[in-house]
Amino acid sequence: MKHALGGAALAIMAATSAYSEAVKPANVAFNDGIVEASLTGQPGDPVAGRAVFADRKLGNCLACHTNTDLSEESFHGEVGPPMDGVADRWGEAELRAIVTNSKKVFEGTIMPAFYIDSGYERPLEDFAGTSILTAQQVEDVVAYLLTLKE
Amino acid sequence: MNLKKWVTFAAAAGFAGGAFAQDSNSLSIEGEAMVTETAAPAHMENVSTIYSGWRFRSTETQALETDDFDNPAFVFVEQGMDLWGKVEGAAEKSCASCHEDVADFAGLRTQLPRVDDGQLVAMEDLINECRTERMAAEPWEWSKGNMTAMTALIGLQSRGMPISVATDGEAAPFWEQGKELYYTRVGQLDMACSNCHEDNYGVMIRADHLSQGQINGFPTYRLKNAKLNSIHGRFKGCMKNIRAEPFKEGGPEFKALELYLASRGQGLSVETPSVRN
Ligand code: HEC
Ligand code: HEC
Repeated sequence: MKHALGGAALAIMAATSAYSEAVKPANVAFNDGIVEASLTGQPGDPVAGRAVFADRKLGNCLACHTNTDLSEESFHGEVGPPMDGVADRWGEAELRAIVTNSKKVFEGTIMPAFYIDSGYERPLEDFAGTSILTAQQVEDVVAYLLTLKE
Repeated sequence: MNLKKWVTFAAAAGFAGGAFAQDSNSLSIEGEAMVTETAAPAHMENVSTIYSGWRFRSTETQALETDDFDNPAFVFVEQGMDLWGKVEGAAEKSCASCHEDVADFAGLRTQLPRVDDGQLVAMEDLINECRTERMAAEPWEWSKGNMTAMTALIGLQSRGMPISVATDGEAAPFWEQGKELYYTRVGQLDMACSNCHEDNYGVMIRADHLSQGQINGFPTYRLKNAKLNSIHGRFKGCMKNIRAEPFKEGGPEFKALELYLASRGQGLSVETPSVRN
């Protein structure tokens, strides 16, 4: 529970091996709603990203987004837009910005920022000073989203 | 309406169970009609109609509330009745020693929380004041079984009556504090109550159908934990879900939030004890 780790073993290994080189949440460079460079300097793994997308303790993206590619999961939320064809609508640098900190792209959005570790109030002690996802998990999710074409 | 264009799209694509906003069912309990939908009070700028949480539940869950025999909360109301007559404390009194009939409390639930001597008090405070001041007994914990049994029993006496809390005069600063809390984002997920219960009621958030977060049915029996749940216990649960450090049950923040939420339900019938999932 403590860190956003603990998903698929693969994701953990990817995250730890790349951890030292990862851009810190506070240093992610946003330019007009895009984040150009990989947060880890490494490519994301779409298979690990798919697991992060569904995992209730990690991305839990399904809480708010329907996604036909994950039809084996029984509950898909409707708070945000469907993910089908999302890669036809947004490029990699835009998706990286949306997953890192959606508030930089959609003003006032309900969607959580997945890669910030400060700037939120009253976090539960276990989560204080941490981001929901690691840099590598963000990259993995972005790589996964890029596979969602129609 | 807060239906979004992609909700229609999602349902057409065959996802998310196709739950749309609140349903149009009407509730009567033991033959008495309840108001589960009414015009929003003037202070609510972003919502025109308010709905009881009952309107967002499945037909199976809804049915459990229509008949006291089927309503699992009544086991606890019975326990409340036993506690009502039970002598406890150094003064050797029970509730019944001072209050002739629990039915005399009809209307009380609709007006709480309220300001007494400059303090905002909830029903739990009134009950504990009797226990400590008049019975010389131990206070009950805010959300424990004996307390929720008693708040259910007393709340039931107002069933069918419209929520009508005072928000002006001495109550105004507490109400303002509650409103502020309602719209303040908290937790690692950085959300406010309004993000879910005002901006997104009627849509699915994973397996849950979001309601307006009304408190007219509390304490509420939840199928999830098979017991009565207090208002502050529910606030705590919602805060933990967004990874926020909850305020203290019975503390000033939750009481202010309770007052503000009650005022967002003005005119809805008291449904205590309600059934939710
Ligand atoms: C609590 C709700 C919520 C969660 C959880 C959530 N999102 Fe979102 N997301 C939204 C909303 C709402 C929007 C639309 C922007 C707006 O209007 O606020 C959005 C927009 C998006 C978009 C742009 C889609 C488009 O077609 O315009 C992407 C991509 C996205 N989200 C991906 C994700 C991913 C990946 C995750 C998990 C790591 C996630 N979201 C978790 C609510 C959420
Ligand atoms: C991430 C979304 C989310 C946030 C933020 C949230 N809630 Fe909830 N809340 C839920 C869900 C899901 C339920 C269960 C379904 C329903 O009734 O909406 C619920 C239920 C409730 C209920 C019970 C309604 C009933 O009819 O039994 C109350 C009261 C409530 N919430 C109050 C609050 C308050 C106060 C806050 C802010 C401190 C809050 N919620 C924040 C998701 C949320």
